[in-house]
Amino acid sequence: MGGYILKRLISAVPVLLGITVIVFAIMALIPGDPATAILGSYATPENVAKLNRDLGLDQPAVTRYFIWLGNMLQGDFGRSFALNRPVLDEVVERFNATLILAGTAFVLCSLLGILAGVVSAARQYGWADKAITFAVLLGISIPSFFLGMMMILIFAVNLRWLPVSGMYAIYGGGDFPDLLRHLTMPALALAVVATGVIARLSRSAMLEVLRQDFIRTARAKGVPERRVIWGHALRAAMVSIIPVLGIQAGFVLSGAVYIEIVFQWPGVGRMLVDAILKRDILLVQGGVVFVAACYVMFNIVVDVAQSLLDPRIKT
Amino acid sequence: MTLALRLDNLSKTFTVGKPLFGKPKALVRAVRPMDLEVQTGETLGIVGESGCGKSTLARMLVGLIPPSTGSIEIDGAALDNADPAVFGRRIQYVFQDPISSLNPRKTIRQIIEVPLKRLHGMDRAARAARISEIFAAVNLREEFLDRYPHEFSGGQAQRIGIARALAANASILILDEPVSALDVSVQAQVLNLLADLKAEFGLTYLFITHDLAVVEAVSDRIAVLYFGTLVELGRAERIFNAPKHPYTRLLAGSAPVVGRPLTAPEGRETELPDPLNPPPGCAFAARCSRATDLCRTQEPRLTRQGEDQFAACHHPLEP
Amino acid sequence: MTRFLKLLIRNRLAALGGAVILAVVVLALITPLLPLQAPNVTNTADRFIRPFSPGHLLGTDHLGRDLLSRLLWGTRLSLAVGASAAVIAAVIGAAVGIVAGYFGGRIDNVIMRLVDMLMAFPYILLALAIVAALGPGLMNALIAVAAVNVPFFARNIRGITVGIAGREFVDAARLAGMGHGRIILFEILPNVVPVIVIAMSTTIGWMILETAGLSFLGLGSQPPQADLGSMLGEARAALIAAPHTSVVPGAMILAIVMGINLLGDGVRDALDPRLRSGALTRPMPATSVRRETVPAPQGGGVLQLADLETRFEIGPRIYRAVNKVSLEVAPGECLGIIGESGSGKSVTALSIMGLVASPPGVITGGAAYYRGDDLIGAPYRRLRSLRGDRIAYIFQDPQATLHPLYRVGDQLAEAIRVHHSISRAEAEDRAIDLLTAVRIPNAESRARAYPHELSGGMRQRVGIAMAMANDPDIIIADEPTTALDVTVQAQILSLLDDLRRERGLAIIFITHDFGVVAQLCDRVAVMYAGRIVEEGPTGTVLDAPAHPYTRRLIACVPELGQGRRRLEAIPGLPPAVDRLPAGCAFAPRCDKARDACTAGDIALERAGARAVRCLFPEETLT
Repeated sequence: MGGYILKRLISAVPVLLGITVIVFAIMALIPGDPATAILGSYATPENVAKLNRDLGLDQPAVTRYFIWLGNMLQGDFGRSFALNRPVLDEVVERFNATLILAGTAFVLCSLLGILAGVVSAARQYGWADKAITFAVLLGISIPSFFLGMMMILIFAVNLRWLPVSGMYAIYGGGDFPDLLRHLTMPALALAVVATGVIARLSRSAMLEVLRQDFIRTARAKGVPERRVIWGHALRAAMVSIIPVLGIQAGFVLSGAVYIEIVFQWPGVGRMLVDAILKRDILLVQGGVVFVAACYVMFNIVVDVAQSLLDPRIKT
Repeated sequence: MTLALRLDNLSKTFTVGKPLFGKPKALVRAVRPMDLEVQTGETLGIVGESGCGKSTLARMLVGLIPPSTGSIEIDGAALDNADPAVFGRRIQYVFQDPISSLNPRKTIRQIIEVPLKRLHGMDRAARAARISEIFAAVNLREEFLDRYPHEFSGGQAQRIGIARALAANASILILDEPVSALDVSVQAQVLNLLADLKAEFGLTYLFITHDLAVVEAVSDRIAVLYFGTLVELGRAERIFNAPKHPYTRLLAGSAPVVGRPLTAPEGRETELPDPLNPPPGCAFAARCSRATDLCRTQEPRLTRQGEDQFAACHHPLEP
Repeated sequence: MTRFLKLLIRNRLAALGGAVILAVVVLALITPLLPLQAPNVTNTADRFIRPFSPGHLLGTDHLGRDLLSRLLWGTRLSLAVGASAAVIAAVIGAAVGIVAGYFGGRIDNVIMRLVDMLMAFPYILLALAIVAALGPGLMNALIAVAAVNVPFFARNIRGITVGIAGREFVDAARLAGMGHGRIILFEILPNVVPVIVIAMSTTIGWMILETAGLSFLGLGSQPPQADLGSMLGEARAALIAAPHTSVVPGAMILAIVMGINLLGDGVRDALDPRLRSGALTRPMPATSVRRETVPAPQGGGVLQLADLETRFEIGPRIYRAVNKVSLEVAPGECLGIIGESGSGKSVTALSIMGLVASPPGVITGGAAYYRGDDLIGAPYRRLRSLRGDRIAYIFQDPQATLHPLYRVGDQLAEAIRVHHSISRAEAEDRAIDLLTAVRIPNAESRARAYPHELSGGMRQRVGIAMAMANDPDIIIADEPTTALDVTVQAQILSLLDDLRRERGLAIIFITHDFGVVAQLCDRVAVMYAGRIVEEGPTGTVLDAPAHPYTRRLIACVPELGQGRRRLEAIPGLPPAVDRLPAGCAFAPRCDKARDACTAGDIALERAGARAVRCLFPEETLT
């Protein structure tokens, strides 16, 4: 097992390098001159040239890439000019908030999605199946940002059950119950789409598995039906559900960008959108690389979970 | 008699777990170096159990996979480039699974026309004439031509597969388990059809199967494969009655036969050797009651036993 | 194509989705022709007018622009962008996937690593990076959305292509002289297109959501031009004061995406042949039973089938798989059921314990008496308590019938523990004993192995051990050696024979092989088209078959030791069991058939130990 984890970690190195290359290449496409963008169009040519030299922008692209990579490996992601603070500090702080939101949503959607999928498959064509199928369809069709806005309108504005936005109350907040109250709506709004996708996939994976010969074997040896469904069938179905959980984690992380905007959640997604609109390139680069690297690590965890479940994967 | 097909030192080694660059983790010798000659008009049966390399051999013979060593000679001319189209005019293949070997999205006519168009460059009229000729030969009605494969039963689909092989006008047909997927009552129809076609067109067959009774009923000579090696070769009527190689005897003794009491021909519970970790010497030694130290260290070569029988065994069975 | 449309329309939800989409598309197409107000003319005096006001059916937004007009123009834009992104992503992704999947090897390896690398980004990061580089704008958002979806298509299509490229018809095309280009275009592509269409129809809604999302963030369409996403984005600031400006575009997105998803599901169902045949339904825990009368038990035997009838009901077609089958088996006896595929022999065996997949299987008549108790229609609890305990099964393919993710020892232990409350440790010891009993060497270490770590023969021994776990009275073996090599088959058959003699088991052995029947079975029943046509002691049936079908079936099977010969084929094909002829089902293929054979039902005539269903039998039974 340890060997497998090590192997996966080593194989992640080229992926991480590839991510930096892709991000760098995309950023290199940016037309015009970042220094002009930073200093504004009234800057003197001398100042522009000086800033370019300071930023290392007079070097060839390959050299710049390696300087950038080398700095990142030493923990120096550069400085955000708009916020005037180190990129890494800002990203880590913001990513914490995103992790709380996306992590909660991910746990919610995995549990609810699998539960709904299994129930739906076990009661195929029954009323529970029909109700779940309809709810799932609604869930995957609604834009999460629209859902979030409607939730604000109903639960925060009209019913006044939950706060409209933010992560903590401005006055007297900051404790765990306060966080929970602020987290409920955004986490739910974020989880809805992924729950639908996971429920759909779990349903079809279960239906696929329930037709297999080994299910007939389990029944033929007298295994009670509940155990056939929640033991034999679900375990086999998890083999195709787990990789989708990994992919859905990426979608939850992506959806967090919208939800953070709608609910004014101080996360990394909102930071990135602001940075793009302000053309704060170093912050965008650093944020994208950091989050992508975290996602790669998460997927290694998913792969390890998969190999624990399925002995046919060579460890 | 002229030579239709000659294999000289033909072998195939597969690599397992090959990374993008660098050396593969392991080598599997699916077919070990093999020499074999097939006479024109002969039916050579090739028999063996799963994993013996019979399908790999067949696919090599038609150029679907390139051999690792050795050469294939057809009608005295060496074929050493692995272009299936070059092979296709001389040697054709009938597949085991008749349904899977027909593209579900093409009509039968489209399927049969391909070899006529690609291999022989026939024009539309010539193709139509040739197709009716072939369809008559395999006892299929021409109204089937515009239907799709899923509309046919296994036996009919296999006739279509045979028709396609005939359309290439090759003189040698490789029949890879052509009746294994068919029911017994249909199996006999197809076997008889194959016999008729052979007489009519002067074909040479390589008939690959795991079914001893079938191979005995259709072949002139039979080659027995075990673990990628040709272990015995001899006349069909003699090889199972008077086997020289202990494996051939085991095979013949295992086949269920009406009127023979049920016995386990092997006392011990045995398994095939591991292809990733092959034993030195004779691959059958671990299952063989006659095995000696010689067998476990040195690989036996195919040698003549009696008049026209060959066996690769250090201690061949006495008649 | 017409069948496809018919299937699509028959699905009511898909038709509803299709109607919504059709309406929206038509509206979007004729938008320029409609008498709408200019979408981008601001009039701050009229801001935030409520819906259903005169002059502004849906009200106005924060700049006083007419919402209805903006909605229709925005829909037009969103649809166009979403659809273009889907087409671009599908075409590029499919091309990459087909190339990688068809050529395999190093090309595949390199391409898929690149794809994996792109998929290592949460998709929005990549889209944001692309938009950051190209600058905000609708065109750039389209490029970003298409680009991030290419890897998903590529991976999906590659998987399908690998499967198709490995099929034999591709080899056949190569042998017929087709080059790589032609094979990809004419052999692979036609088989991949349905998958591309399905993937597109299920992702196009997603693409519309994604482009709307980028516009919502202010990175897509730029003011004053509006698509649905940017309308929502602009309305967000006034969410509380004027919610209608948000609800209008939001509801439109929801309607469009939901319509597309409904339609997409319908398309998928109509194109997926497995769903078409109704195969993707889950089998119930026990076969459904729908019978009017229950025949009384006659005769003896530990298990007795009386006029058993099982059907498969698929759409309007009824396949009579098992047609009034009566059989019995005594303790210690081995009964063979022989027949070709489709003869109903396996369905007969599975019907006994209600293991026929249902739907589509239904038991429509007859009874199965186990020690006088009818099993057909017995409550599920009763059936479950007997399954594997008193009546056990061995199935054909040990690769598929063992659970791939449980150790074989655990699977054996479970078989015991579901019927007996013993400790886990005891059950495990018993499992090892069982493995030893079926002559598996090193039983203790093999008990910890997973099925894929065992050879086919060893797996089938595990299957037998599982059937033996609770010392059953009856074992039903459904072609247990068909998937095995002949030398392994001999080992398994002798094992089964020893076990039944040691333990006095009754065995029902299903096979298509006369050699196996002759060696193992005391009595044999021959089935054809769902019925028993002949029954009797194995020796006499094989030596002097009474039914013409039995005689000719034996004659057309080559037997080892008879040398080269021409086989006596039976012309024609077995009948389809949904269109059975009247009278004898074998009559159309029989050289002795006369008019009487097809006139009406023919009874199974018994005489002593033998029985035959034929008016003109080969042998007169005495």
